[in-house]
Amino acid sequence: MTDQVEVAEGKAAGWSDWWRSGKPLVWLNALAVALSISAVAGLLALLAVRGLAHFWPAEVLAFEYLDQGVKTRVVGELIRRESPSSDGLEAASEQWLVKTGNRRVNPPDFRWYARDGIANLRTPADLVVVERREWGRAYGRLRALYEGDARVASGERVWAEIEARREQLQSLRAAAADVQSKGVDAIDHALEQLRIERRKRAFDALPPSLELVFRERELKERSAEYEQQLREIHAALNRDRLHLDTMNGERIELPLGDLIRIWRPNQMSWSEKLGHYFVGVRLFLTEGPREANTEGGVFPAIFGTSLMVLLMSVLVTPFGVLAALYLHEYARQGLLVRIVRIAVSNLAGVPSIVYGVFGLGFFVYFIGGSIDELFYAHARPAPTFGTPGLIWASFTLALLTAPVVILATEEGLARIPRSIREGSLALGATKAETLLRVIVPMASPAILTGVILAVARAAGAAAPLMLVGVVKFAPTLPIDGHFPYIHLERQFMHLGFHIYDLGFQSQNVEAARPLVFATALLLVMVILLLNSSAILLRSRLERRYRSSYQD
Amino acid sequence: MSEQGAAEFEGLPSSAPAEEICLQVDNLSLAYGDVQALKNIRLDIAKRSVTAFIGPSGCGKSSLLRCFNRLNDLIDDAKLDGEIRLGGKSIHAPDVEVSELRRCIGMVFQQPNPFPKSIAENVAYGLKLHGALPQSEIDDRIEEALRRVALWDEVRDRLGESAFELSSGQQQRLVIARAIAVEPEVLLLDEPASALDPISTLRIEELIHQLKDRYTLIIVTHNIQQAARVSDYTAFLYLGELIEFGVTQAMFTNPQDQRTEDYIAGRYG
Ligand SMILES: Nc1ncnc2c1ncn2[C@@H]1O[C@H](COP(=O)(O)OP(=O)(O)O)[C@@H](O)[C@H]1O
Ligand SMILES: [Mg+2]
Repeated sequence: MTDQVEVAEGKAAGWSDWWRSGKPLVWLNALAVALSISAVAGLLALLAVRGLAHFWPAEVLAFEYLDQGVKTRVVGELIRRESPSSDGLEAASEQWLVKTGNRRVNPPDFRWYARDGIANLRTPADLVVVERREWGRAYGRLRALYEGDARVASGERVWAEIEARREQLQSLRAAAADVQSKGVDAIDHALEQLRIERRKRAFDALPPSLELVFRERELKERSAEYEQQLREIHAALNRDRLHLDTMNGERIELPLGDLIRIWRPNQMSWSEKLGHYFVGVRLFLTEGPREANTEGGVFPAIFGTSLMVLLMSVLVTPFGVLAALYLHEYARQGLLVRIVRIAVSNLAGVPSIVYGVFGLGFFVYFIGGSIDELFYAHARPAPTFGTPGLIWASFTLALLTAPVVILATEEGLARIPRSIREGSLALGATKAETLLRVIVPMASPAILTGVILAVARAAGAAAPLMLVGVVKFAPTLPIDGHFPYIHLERQFMHLGFHIYDLGFQSQNVEAARPLVFATALLLVMVILLLNSSAILLRSRLERRYRSSYQD
Repeated sequence: MSEQGAAEFEGLPSSAPAEEICLQVDNLSLAYGDVQALKNIRLDIAKRSVTAFIGPSGCGKSSLLRCFNRLNDLIDDAKLDGEIRLGGKSIHAPDVEVSELRRCIGMVFQQPNPFPKSIAENVAYGLKLHGALPQSEIDDRIEEALRRVALWDEVRDRLGESAFELSSGQQQRLVIARAIAVEPEVLLLDEPASALDPISTLRIEELIHQLKDRYTLIIVTHNIQQAARVSDYTAFLYLGELIEFGVTQAMFTNPQDQRTEDYIAGRYG
């Protein structure tokens, strides 16, 4: 009875009661959370679908195309369909974008076809796709395999012959890479050292040294030997040549040394396709880019991004922590410190490109230039450190992210109860001992929060890096086998800039597009990886330094 | 000399007639900026005794306690007048190392404040600050300190665990162990039991009884029964002034000042 009365009253009170109950607010909160989650999930899904689909071995279509009375035969992969625009000018049919490959004999490698003109659409099982070092993919039929001038197989039997040669090719390539890195590169490096030494002597007005001359001659002889070895390996690699027939009857001749992968998608089983897919992803992750970045992998960019972010963290953490310690623990709290703190917060909002300009002017030209003047005078005017490079990019980003670390650390310091500090001081610890033994460890989760934010900001920043060290293509990694092993002055590749380069600078937009998505996905993954390792570390520290006052 | 002076000046019963004096507070005034927290305090603390500071909240008990180990040095606008002497020597003398002073005068706070370290590391904290001891020596000292606060049997098997795993009563005994591990002369306790449950409070009070054999203890409390139970001498502060100071028994049975009587009777709340 009474219940019913209450319900009736509740209804009568209506909207204002409902509003006051707080339920609308809860719904709005939930809505906001749901929206942000779906935004993030949607972003990742889009990147994943568009990026990862690229590695799937799509079917190769063959069809006849009739355009204004001319009939051509087309082979290629369907990239996307576009429905006719509904403005009704021409009753156009669906348009197909087909990757026809064979850029060398028959450019361009992406073409649009109207669905209406397409006839006799098939997926012949014997079509092969070839991924090669140059000129993008080739599509066609196997014709013959030549060893020198002798034809060893023709037609379908070519496939088995290539299979049979796979291991040999691989070992030859490994041998070539070995000779290149251990022989040619090492000698080039030694010769460069010699050249610098000679310049140094000249610079110091010392007489030319006979020993240097002998060493150089010896190196050059050895270099010639290695070059000869390399030539032999390449000759062996290129001895066998594959002939393909394209759909239009042209012939593509391809030394097996240039062949990266060959597959027949139309007769692959699911498991074969899956295997092919993962090999593709692996190559993308572990290989360097080819053909102006539109083919091949992004390993140097992954490496460069991670190394730069790590270096940045190593630089910014002590710097930010020291600055925060000074501001929070030592500086006399007053107007000046307040102003400094506001200035620091505002620095966090300065556009990143401004930091890039500052980094170029200050780190590269001023600091780097001074280092060159002091230590590398003999190498001038060629700059050593006075040019954009990894170290300056890291410094610039450390500066860019310092406010984040400072503010987060200060917040952590402020959260430590006064009784802990006093407890340590009351035991006879000095202020410095208290800071080092108790306060900084307790603030370490907060410091890591700052570092996490800094990493996210640094890994995502592409604009400032273009000024201070990132390049479209770097021939060498910043770490290699030559003394001093870590070459911080080198220019490097970066995933963020790579995306920009692929997306905006590429000549071959269609070829680059899937890589844009794949690289963006990768960049997100790298940031997630870096962040989650920091978060993991933080939660361990939190468990360790969890203070009973904070619960 | 000065304790007699104080007694004469304030007209109070002689503070520590028969015993050796450990700390002398001589005409001490303390101001935080414009707030005068302590006014012309004079009192003597007898060695190996328990002195209680009582008084209503905000009367300056903690401020006075924190003068002994110069913890007020940390507060920028705190201004101190007068002098405190430890064993006849001013603690403000220029040649006094503050950290050395604080090693001699340990302190326990209202909230248990163990460091985010293991139980053993907490006790060893002060030891490791003052010179390198061999690990075996440190282990012995840890055990001794923990035994003295009657915590050893409870934690002997988990010395490596975080101090936060302990109950707050155990934590408070741990920080007392931490304070006495460096062998101070004086132990300052600022409302050491006010955040604890009755049973833990009882244990702390027992502990204070035992520690009196070796250390000079000064305890701040606003629990009058507690002061009566644990202390030998009691000082009653009111609005920054020392109203009355004397043997606890005498003061509680026969307060000289009306304000003391009112406070003991519970009329200040
Ligand atoms: N750090 C400080 N800055 C300014 N005033 C303070 C500070 N600490 C204490 N006071 C003031 O000094 C007076 C005495 O405080 P306190 O010694 O903490 O009293 P009690 O411990 O007896 O409750 C109070 O009026 C308090 O507001
Ligand atoms: Mg107090």
